[in-house]
Amino acid sequence: MSTNALLQVAIYLAALLLLTKPMGLYLHRAMEGRLPVLGKLLGPLERLLYRVSGVNPQQEMGWKSYTFALLLFNAIGVLAVFLLQRWQGSLPLNPAGMGEISLDSAFNTAVSFVTNTNWQGYAGESTMSYLTQMLALAVQNFLSAATGIAVVIALIRGFARHSVATIGNFWVDMTRSTLYVLLPLSVLLAVLLMGQGVIQNFNPYQQVNTLESVTYSQPALDAQGQPTLDGDGKPAQETITSHTQTLAMGPVASQEAIKMLGTNGGGFFNANSAHPFENPTPFSNFLEMLAIFLIPAGLCYAFGLMVGDRRQGWAIWTAMALLFVTMTAVSLWAEQDGNPVLASLGVDQTSSALQSGGNMEGKETRFGITTSALFATITTAASCGAVNTMHDSLTPLGGLVPLWLMQLGEVVFGGVGSGLYTMLIYAVIAVFVAGLMIGRTPEYLGKKIEIFEMKMSAVILLVTPILVLAGTAITVMLSAGLAGIANPGAHGFTEILYALSSAANNNGSAFAGLSANTPFYNLLLAVAMAVGRFGIIIPILAIAGALAAKKRITPGLGTLPTHGPLFIALLIGTVVLVGALTYVPALALGPVIEHLQMVAGH
Amino acid sequence: MKQHLRPALFLFVSLSLLTGLVYPLLVSAIGQTAFAKQAGGSLLTRDGEIVGSRLIGQHFSSPGYFWSRPSATAPYPNNAAASSGSNLGPLNPALSDAVKQRVAALQTGAASPSAVPVDVVTNSASGLDPDISPAGAYFQVARIAHARHLTADQLNALVTAHIEGRQFGVLGEPRVNVLELNLALDALQPQQRGQ
Repeated sequence: MSTNALLQVAIYLAALLLLTKPMGLYLHRAMEGRLPVLGKLLGPLERLLYRVSGVNPQQEMGWKSYTFALLLFNAIGVLAVFLLQRWQGSLPLNPAGMGEISLDSAFNTAVSFVTNTNWQGYAGESTMSYLTQMLALAVQNFLSAATGIAVVIALIRGFARHSVATIGNFWVDMTRSTLYVLLPLSVLLAVLLMGQGVIQNFNPYQQVNTLESVTYSQPALDAQGQPTLDGDGKPAQETITSHTQTLAMGPVASQEAIKMLGTNGGGFFNANSAHPFENPTPFSNFLEMLAIFLIPAGLCYAFGLMVGDRRQGWAIWTAMALLFVTMTAVSLWAEQDGNPVLASLGVDQTSSALQSGGNMEGKETRFGITTSALFATITTAASCGAVNTMHDSLTPLGGLVPLWLMQLGEVVFGGVGSGLYTMLIYAVIAVFVAGLMIGRTPEYLGKKIEIFEMKMSAVILLVTPILVLAGTAITVMLSAGLAGIANPGAHGFTEILYALSSAANNNGSAFAGLSANTPFYNLLLAVAMAVGRFGIIIPILAIAGALAAKKRITPGLGTLPTHGPLFIALLIGTVVLVGALTYVPALALGPVIEHLQMVAGH
Repeated sequence: MKQHLRPALFLFVSLSLLTGLVYPLLVSAIGQTAFAKQAGGSLLTRDGEIVGSRLIGQHFSSPGYFWSRPSATAPYPNNAAASSGSNLGPLNPALSDAVKQRVAALQTGAASPSAVPVDVVTNSASGLDPDISPAGAYFQVARIAHARHLTADQLNALVTAHIEGRQFGVLGEPRVNVLELNLALDALQPQQRGQ
């Protein structure tokens, strides 16, 4: 690894470390509605929203009521996104004249954005109108992230409170996280991104005259837009010489900001954060990477504050950071090492002052190897799923890192809210395992962990592996599934495993060669996304309710401290062991075989 | 549970309007005021005519221009209305076949048949990469010098002047913007359009 690569990773980690505490303090205050300046400024708007919606902010909810409100709100979201896509052809702000989206694709996208997955079976710039991007997709970028924050705050309240029946008010949590956290941060980030060159306009697609012409052939169409046939009955090709380039435009910066801050990851354009209009410079890339981890890292600190022991938050943060650094190192090494197949073809992949070298297929020059590998690790450690490099073209081990990080449940900082709530379940399991070893009733943060909590935790641990492994198995047995594969051999299997891992864990990144915009994949992945999201949230809220009702017990001599190195090691061990035991056989069939083939020179 | 219906509907609509209309319009207003050029796409003009965006790569294939990185967009390379990578896996024979052809094309007219920098023979992620590595630019100097009847020294100096270093000296990678480099090349010695 070069000095510069180490430096870039170190700067990123240092910036994250520095921002964790202020962000945590901010989140804590925002969720309690007592921010100093913004509270005064936006307070009237918050109260107006409650009045209009008939919300009594003082009225708290039990976990069942909270869950029902959440599910209802998200169901309305699915319906709205679905309908806006179906009707976009006759709605305004559609200069490129995009037509209605097919039923299965519209349904997939609606579930995808509501579940914070942002899996995209479509290509943004050739499918979605500006209105759909803003009013359907970007809105869910906010609301799905706010939902994640609401759930984790409710779970933390479960630990922090005792002997009560309520875990908060869902409407208040949604409103505050949107109004005080996501909106102001998004405005700030959008402005910084525009300064770097991210576009923000409502212009029609811009046609420019290029320096050189390009000649290409495409299927000839008749006046009705149907392909014409040549003398042999095959589709006729016509040769076209073009002297222009059409630049896709749109309100990108506003969407880009919340796409990263909300760990959503759904690109305005097909190429996502690799597109120069979404991510024009190394600094915009740095900001986008930082935005992914910002709220998840801050939530760790807010967690410590809320349970009254900041060390608890830092312990979780440290476990996450150690996993992150390890996976980043593997990814950087694998990608910088390059592709031996190309080396034998007279290609120079060595790193020097004049080029980054390494595996540059599917990467952008301005990002090179270091920030591409770093981005790929961050986006899958979190449930973001934005990409600045094409994951399908990563080296086998470079692709294994994002795949496995998703399969771990995205607990390495993870999605906004979802990362921490899943990690806290791993913490519960870790203390349970430790309790078994020494023969004591496990307890975490003064709460006894009993049968109900363990049952719910088991459900949480099982939901995604079942979706991923059973889903992959079904897909590879069906011709509709195999039809989507783009690359031959073990890599093709990885494309399917990756798609299911991404959907069930609500990531949204893809081995994008897979042709997934078909009724089969659209429906299968929509089910995986919905169950993978709400199949976790419901038991989490059930645990929150159960914990809140418990008495607090004072730590005794036999209590395992959950803020020291021993617990951090135990937590990492639990995450890695569960992840490894569940997925190693499937990984062996995909990236591991491919790596061995590559090394052996096949 | 019926008491949730009104908050759900009203809060959904009002938060949608706030985040889906007010917010992007506010950002647009700031953009038009503070960053009009960037928000509009960083367009480049020559003799009053828009010739592209400095952020969006164009396709070049004549020997007298610096070539951009290969682009996998359809139906033609560098289609800025349909960004895309190749999504070829590292062991896909289609990748090695394509790279083989590109290596041969770039070595034609090169000073020596040395190894070709990896970025100029591999597809970018977006299909619209505006940059190539400095190594990729220097590699093409001999071919362009021959086609334009310029000296290699002149062209090397031109490339060196167009190298953009790491941002703040540390972030990202050094690179050369191909469209700007080719515009400077035309300014140095005009070449007939479309040649």
